[in-house]
Amino acid sequence: MNENLFASFITPMILGLPLVTLIVLFPSLLFPTSNRLVNNRFVTLQQWMLQLVSKQMMSIHNPKGQTWTLMLMSLILFIGSTNLLGLLPHSFTPTTQLSMNLGMAIPLWAGAVITGFRNKTKTSLAHFLPQGTPTPLIPMLVIIETISLFIQPMALAVRLTANITAGHLLIHLIGGATLALMSISATTALITFIILILLTILEFAVAMIQAYVFTLLVSLYLHDNT
Amino acid sequence: MDVKLELPIWILMQDFIPKGIAVVFQKGYYQYYKYLSMKKGNVAGLSMVLAAYVLFNRCRSYKELKQEQPSEYH
Repeated sequence: MNENLFASFITPMILGLPLVTLIVLFPSLLFPTSNRLVNNRFVTLQQWMLQLVSKQMMSIHNPKGQTWTLMLMSLILFIGSTNLLGLLPHSFTPTTQLSMNLGMAIPLWAGAVITGFRNKTKTSLAHFLPQGTPTPLIPMLVIIETISLFIQPMALAVRLTANITAGHLLIHLIGGATLALMSISATTALITFIILILLTILEFAVAMIQAYVFTLLVSLYLHDNT
Repeated sequence: MDVKLELPIWILMQDFIPKGIAVVFQKGYYQYYKYLSMKKGNVAGLSMVLAAYVLFNRCRSYKELKQEQPSEYH
């Protein structure tokens, strides 16, 4: 059982060719582009949702920060759709791979920080020292702030990976427990099944929330730096 | 030993000449597009795509899943 638990997290290959490329590209099929003014239900719904999210997320930025809108909106769509698709049975979720999340987090964080350092050098450096710190504490606090700055991309990537992986593992485990308990005691199996249903609802929420959190944090780093 | 084939009645009404079989497929094709119009973008279309995705993934991981089956001999 131990080996089977983590078998769903290995990168899918078929005959030595990477299938993971196709799986990563698959969510883009679900967001059709349309040049019409009045679209069908599906596209209208997606456009409405995108407008809602972009208004809610990008309104805090100045015009310079708002140039990142396209990037952040595609980010939240990609992470949200990938996480939600991973809840289907037998599917592979690319966001469980730390490599991929690091590949998303590090460039975005670095872009925000470097933008801040290039355009507003003094303000960016001033972020290393919070206002009103007593003088003896200054050296230690600068070190702590530097560490906390460099840990931001790691935290972004690991947060997403750990949440999604843990959720999938829990579903596997509780599902297996339900199956094993069915032959032993029906009531316990029923309770476990109800737990499974609640967990699945939680996972749906977590999938979307994690996407939102990732994007929100990137936008916050951007806001600090523009 | 007799083998009794239990088919639904309508299939016995069709004629089994090649043209007849083609007519059956044609009727099915028209019925499909009458009830499921791709231009409207409804939930049935989306669920078909997702079901195909699930099936594709199941085929991909069939080898690993085979070991989990409780018994080989039914």
